[in-house]
Amino acid sequence: MIGNYVPHGVEYIRILPEILLCIFGILIMVLEAVTAEGQKRMLGVLALVGIVVAFAANLYAYTVPGQAFQNVITIDAFATFFRGLVLVVGLLCVFASLGYLRRQHAESGEYYSLILFSLIGQCILSTANELIMVFIGLEISSIATYVLAGYFRDDRRNNEAALKYFLLGSFATAFLLYGIAWCYGLTGSTNLNEIHRVISDPGLRPPVVLTGIAAALILIGLLFKVSAAPFQIWAPDVYQGAASPVTAFLSAGPKAAAFAVLLRIFMTGFGSFSFRWAPLLWSIALLTMIIGNFAALTQSNVKRLMAYSSIAHAGYILVAITADSQLGIAAVMFYLAAYALMNIGAFVVIGHVAAKNERYVRIEDLAGLAKRQPATAALFALFVFSLIGVPLTGGFFAKFYVFRAALEAHLVWLTVLGLATSAVAAFYYLKIVVAMYMKEPGESMADLAPLSSGTRVAVWAAALGTLILGIFPSVLLPFLSYSASMLGRQ
Amino acid sequence: MTSHLLSSILFLPLAGMLVLLAMPSENRKLIRGWANAVSIATFLLSLCLIIRFDINAGGYQFMERAQWIPSIGAQYLLGMDGISLLMVLLTTLISAIAVLCSWRSITDRSKLFYSMILLLETGVLGVFLSLDLFLFYLFWDVVLIPMYFLIGIYGGERRGYAAIKFFLYTLLGSLFMLLGFLALYFQYAAQYGVYTFELQKLLTLNLPAGTEEWIFFALFLGFAVKIPMFPLHTWLPDAHTEAPTAGSVLLASLLLKMGTYGFLRFSLPLLPKASTQTWIVQLMVALSLIAIIYGALVCLTQRDWKRLVAYSSVSHMGFCTLGIFALNAKGLTGSVIQQVNHGITTGLLFLLVGFIYERRHTREISEFGGVAQVMPFYATVFAITVFASAGLPLLNGFIGEFTILSGAFQVNLWWAVVGVIGLILGAAYLLWLFQRTMLGPLKQEENKSLRDLFPRERLLVLPLVFLAFAIGIYPRPLFAVLEKPVQNILMRLAPDPRSGIADSSPATPPGRNVSTQETVASPSACWRPALAPTTPALTQGAGSKLSAGRKNRAPRLLYRSTFLSLIQVEAR
Repeated sequence: MIGNYVPHGVEYIRILPEILLCIFGILIMVLEAVTAEGQKRMLGVLALVGIVVAFAANLYAYTVPGQAFQNVITIDAFATFFRGLVLVVGLLCVFASLGYLRRQHAESGEYYSLILFSLIGQCILSTANELIMVFIGLEISSIATYVLAGYFRDDRRNNEAALKYFLLGSFATAFLLYGIAWCYGLTGSTNLNEIHRVISDPGLRPPVVLTGIAAALILIGLLFKVSAAPFQIWAPDVYQGAASPVTAFLSAGPKAAAFAVLLRIFMTGFGSFSFRWAPLLWSIALLTMIIGNFAALTQSNVKRLMAYSSIAHAGYILVAITADSQLGIAAVMFYLAAYALMNIGAFVVIGHVAAKNERYVRIEDLAGLAKRQPATAALFALFVFSLIGVPLTGGFFAKFYVFRAALEAHLVWLTVLGLATSAVAAFYYLKIVVAMYMKEPGESMADLAPLSSGTRVAVWAAALGTLILGIFPSVLLPFLSYSASMLGRQ
Repeated sequence: MTSHLLSSILFLPLAGMLVLLAMPSENRKLIRGWANAVSIATFLLSLCLIIRFDINAGGYQFMERAQWIPSIGAQYLLGMDGISLLMVLLTTLISAIAVLCSWRSITDRSKLFYSMILLLETGVLGVFLSLDLFLFYLFWDVVLIPMYFLIGIYGGERRGYAAIKFFLYTLLGSLFMLLGFLALYFQYAAQYGVYTFELQKLLTLNLPAGTEEWIFFALFLGFAVKIPMFPLHTWLPDAHTEAPTAGSVLLASLLLKMGTYGFLRFSLPLLPKASTQTWIVQLMVALSLIAIIYGALVCLTQRDWKRLVAYSSVSHMGFCTLGIFALNAKGLTGSVIQQVNHGITTGLLFLLVGFIYERRHTREISEFGGVAQVMPFYATVFAITVFASAGLPLLNGFIGEFTILSGAFQVNLWWAVVGVIGLILGAAYLLWLFQRTMLGPLKQEENKSLRDLFPRERLLVLPLVFLAFAIGIYPRPLFAVLEKPVQNILMRLAPDPRSGIADSSPATPPGRNVSTQETVASPSACWRPALAPTTPALTQGAGSKLSAGRKNRAPRLLYRSTFLSLIQVEAR
């Protein structure tokens, strides 16, 4: 009997990325103590190596798909995709951080190991098939990012960001945990497949109202994490306060992982319940798009503007989830990939222009960037056009897939309203382009340093990815539809 | 290259742009030279199309097909018929002129400027060549970005405002257009079980009239913003006025045509029921007529030279949409010809405004007067352009506008009457503009030292002037090229063979040998309304002579009679 509880060797391979990230994270912390002040950069390089190795392990793990550890973790195409995505996000952010931290004279191993630990949490979230695992992954990811948000201890806004993120994040986690408890009480299990079985079985089905409450509590927790309305209030303050590479990370990694969990819980666990949560998501998606896009219109701080924009993007992703179909799932995945690339790219450029201690973060501070650094401005313009959804960029196809899935599911009004808000969005995004290309350079440009090599890699890689997704989306699509079919309800 | 002619033309400017981006931005001469070389090479390459284009072939030519995104059924599918042939030639010519006209005016950030023009050229060509709705949409939206930069960076004082307005208007319109395309796409999938954006496959769709109407209005929003049709035109005066000369030329000559092209290529053939629906046709025609009259009236009130030319586009494009929604061979043929003509004459007008602006740095009409004395060559070209734009016989504008009006008359006398009033108003504001700027005493001191056109500037205007005359005197090739595609559209609109033939036959150019009584009668009928308000007697004469079967004299008579009517206008 006991033998059943001893994991197979292959099960370790399935969580190899997490194991490797853990090893590298601890290694960096240990090495930190023995690394000279000037050599801290090497720790960042070590983090890069760790992420690349974990990425390779992720691909290797995909050769042996299946469950692990009593079905608490599932490795399928869907999990592999999201694990790969958060690792790419981490990689880009570490690249961007190399130059950023050097400029701030704040290089340390703790920063990089926090990123790795956060990635572990997100990888677990991507693979979790069990609500307890979801909670553990969420906590690992969140606690590391709370600290990252307040990494610059002497900076007031950093502290504010960390505190707000921590308080509201814990609040959200509490909701989630309460929802999990309800779920366990109703179905006697925290395993998603098991929950699905109980809920769909007419004989075993618990009362609808109670199941609804459980699902709603879990949903609230996750909507907090993806900054969907009406739980988006923390996002602008946190995004504004945190250091730019951290903001880039926050806006892409945890969000992608939270969406992965949202999809898995609601498609697998509460799949048969979709007719009840779909109308709810419909209104939340619309509200999120409207609040995000309209609030962004009046922002003058570019980080805050991007924060509202990322709220709006969460809205678009929710549209695809509302579609409740395999197409919709594939659209969510594509959107998150494109969104991660363009958003990280944008934040990295913002961090670059902001200069030391992030003094220049108003939209006017971008003025004249095209004259001083044409290539940087062109890349930022590319990200902005991608965020608007102009063709030949990843952002366009992402929106296209989302709205196509929505139309397929007959969500005509949601599509029309969503498209209308995305036209509104063009207005505030263009402010950035206007500043860069049509204004004369000001004070901020006098302090502008050349792009550091790490930042350069991050920006160019993000731009290349955005373009590839925009021109040849077929590189990703077949895999995405396959992944979606894995997740689709049984 | 034999089989990839269209792709070569399409991507040559883009390839040129990529090379351009790699050049050092300090070396302005190299950048300028390269941009000119690329645009001229593209134009020469597009001339190959004329040689190899088969006028008698009914379908699309030079087709190129490649899989692109199989999972959503989007392909890389190019092809060309007579309409796109004309549009492509216009695009490559105007782009080359736009590049050359910036020789001296663009000194700052010229690398970005030229790369944007080349990108724009690829975008516009893509719009005219795509036979896949998705590909079409892509190119359609890609055009936005270079135009946005051209206006926003190199434009006049209110460039930022104009650029954003242009971008938002077009983006919003195009999003609805995309919705319309998606609706067709899903309808096709529902009927045939296959997802495809291919135009020729979507043409087999048979939709209920109600659905077609919704889709028609979705597409309408996209196309009408671009043309622009009456209530959606407010972006145009700002964008045209603020854009640099090259930008205005490209905007007026090419970008506006994308909208009318969209109607001809997609709305009409894909949605025949909605497009022939009486209330929709009436609405479209009403909007066109309002645009014609309103545009012309606004022109009469303008003090800014360039803004006047900009508003004249609203009026002239109104003729194009009027022709389209006459829904007969003459209307459609005339509309396409008018699009080409508008490209030529409005391009010329903007070039000429640009020349004078470079010299005087003002566009206030009241600042000028008597310029003809110091710039005789300029004044001559300007006169020709004004006459061409006003629809004077022997020049290109006449051919298009009168074919459209004859098409409109076949459907409804009053459409043609209003159109003619618009034409008269058009002649009025253009001739008045000419009078105020070129004629009279040379009052302003600064104007006395104005220099006439430089050789480069003459080189720019002469091909367009030549085309204006060529089309005006010998339009037959245009009619011949358009015959098949127009027939195809009409076949779609009226699958009923009786109406199809009756409608399509009068697409004959003036002077062409035709034998049926029907076609003999219709040209005479079509000219009448145009002349009715001014010279009824002459028209009747022309009509009776025509019905006697001596058609080849008809154009001459018509020219003469219209000329008379124009002189009357001028005399007022």
